[in-house]
Amino acid sequence: MKPSMFKILIPALTLPLPAFAADLELNIEVPRINAAEYHRPYVAAWIEKADNTVASNLLVWYDVDMKNGEGTKWLKDMRQWWRRSGRTLSMPVDGVSGATRPVGQHAVNFKGGSKQLADLAPGSYTLVVEAAREVGGRETLTIPFEWPAKAQKLSAQGKTELGKVGLVVKP
Amino acid sequence: MKLKLISAAAFAALALAGTAHAHKAWLQPSQTVFSEKGSWMTVDAAVSNDLFYFNHVPLPLERLQVTAPDGSSVAAQNGSTGKLRSVFDLQLQQEGTYKIAMNNEGMFASYKLGGEAKRWRGKASEFKAAIPAGASEVNASESLGRVETFATVGKPSTGVFKTTGKGIELVPVTHPNDLFAGEAATFQLLVDGKPASGLKIEIVPGATRYRNEQAEIHATTGADGKFEVKWPSAGMYWLETASEDNKTTLPDAKQRRLSYVAVFEVLPQ
Repeated sequence: MKPSMFKILIPALTLPLPAFAADLELNIEVPRINAAEYHRPYVAAWIEKADNTVASNLLVWYDVDMKNGEGTKWLKDMRQWWRRSGRTLSMPVDGVSGATRPVGQHAVNFKGGSKQLADLAPGSYTLVVEAAREVGGRETLTIPFEWPAKAQKLSAQGKTELGKVGLVVKP
Repeated sequence: MKLKLISAAAFAALALAGTAHAHKAWLQPSQTVFSEKGSWMTVDAAVSNDLFYFNHVPLPLERLQVTAPDGSSVAAQNGSTGKLRSVFDLQLQQEGTYKIAMNNEGMFASYKLGGEAKRWRGKASEFKAAIPAGASEVNASESLGRVETFATVGKPSTGVFKTTGKGIELVPVTHPNDLFAGEAATFQLLVDGKPASGLKIEIVPGATRYRNEQAEIHATTGADGKFEVKWPSAGMYWLETASEDNKTTLPDAKQRRLSYVAVFEVLPQ
């Protein structure tokens, strides 16, 4: 969570644009980890306001298909997500929940009119991506961004449970 | 006979938890934050010198009271008392916050018999019969102690913090299952249902065996009974406070000793 832990790239270009809803592109890298026992990580991504309250839940990847909903047992391991919003949600959440992903790059696009973004008021936000792996570790990356004023291409580099996380705002 | 001795020692620790030199009584949960209804937790119950190590006596399970978020009682399962600890399991079937508690209400007395100093501990109802005729300098106290911990499934709730108005009780401002390293938490302490000012609180992080100092955090309640603690790091923490007064309701007791202990889990950011 400490900003010093991550490299945050400065916005690449700035365009004067009206404050219309923008699209958002998220790229999450699930890193290859050499572990005797490897489980795909649980990953949550959400948008926070300055006071740490959740403005929007973007995605939650977990064992959504386990019988009897047993996959919910480890949701709490994404501790900040669990605290900020997970514990008040009834999982699965339509359009937010999804299955865990394998090692690799995963691009997820959100249209301005989507459920996740439609209600996002213009302003300063932070993207938070949290990964927790069974029998493994936990890592949280944050990327501050402006919504939806200007085009932004931002990223943060994880060290353990997350690889590179990219965020593109397309006004 | 042995069982009786163990119980007496545990009783003594419960009664005296709070004096600086006393042993520490505690209920240590395996974890306190759950995301699935029906989850199991296990709890260790012991009295020890160190946190959280089993090196003195177990706490007796007869005194265990587990309260579900809806106020109902939950029966512990697989309870067992060994030489150094008691252990039991709980299945958390409801969403919300559970309270796991051991309460001690009793009396202790000192007296002289034939020039010899004697001590007695037990229930108030046993006091009359326990003090032999011919005892002199009888000094009896009422003791009222609580040892608690909390666990939550899903969203934290506050139903189990409904107070009884008797002895020392903790009321959350910050929920005890919502504690994070580097953040400050505020709690309120009540004595007989009223905010208690000037209560001295000692907080000790667990794993004392692996460091050379106790690393206590000290706090004192303000006029509103509130105190704040900033958690330096993640882990299990033991909190205790105690006080004495003469508001005893037992006719044979001259004073009253109150104590409160809780174990909190603080998670990393």
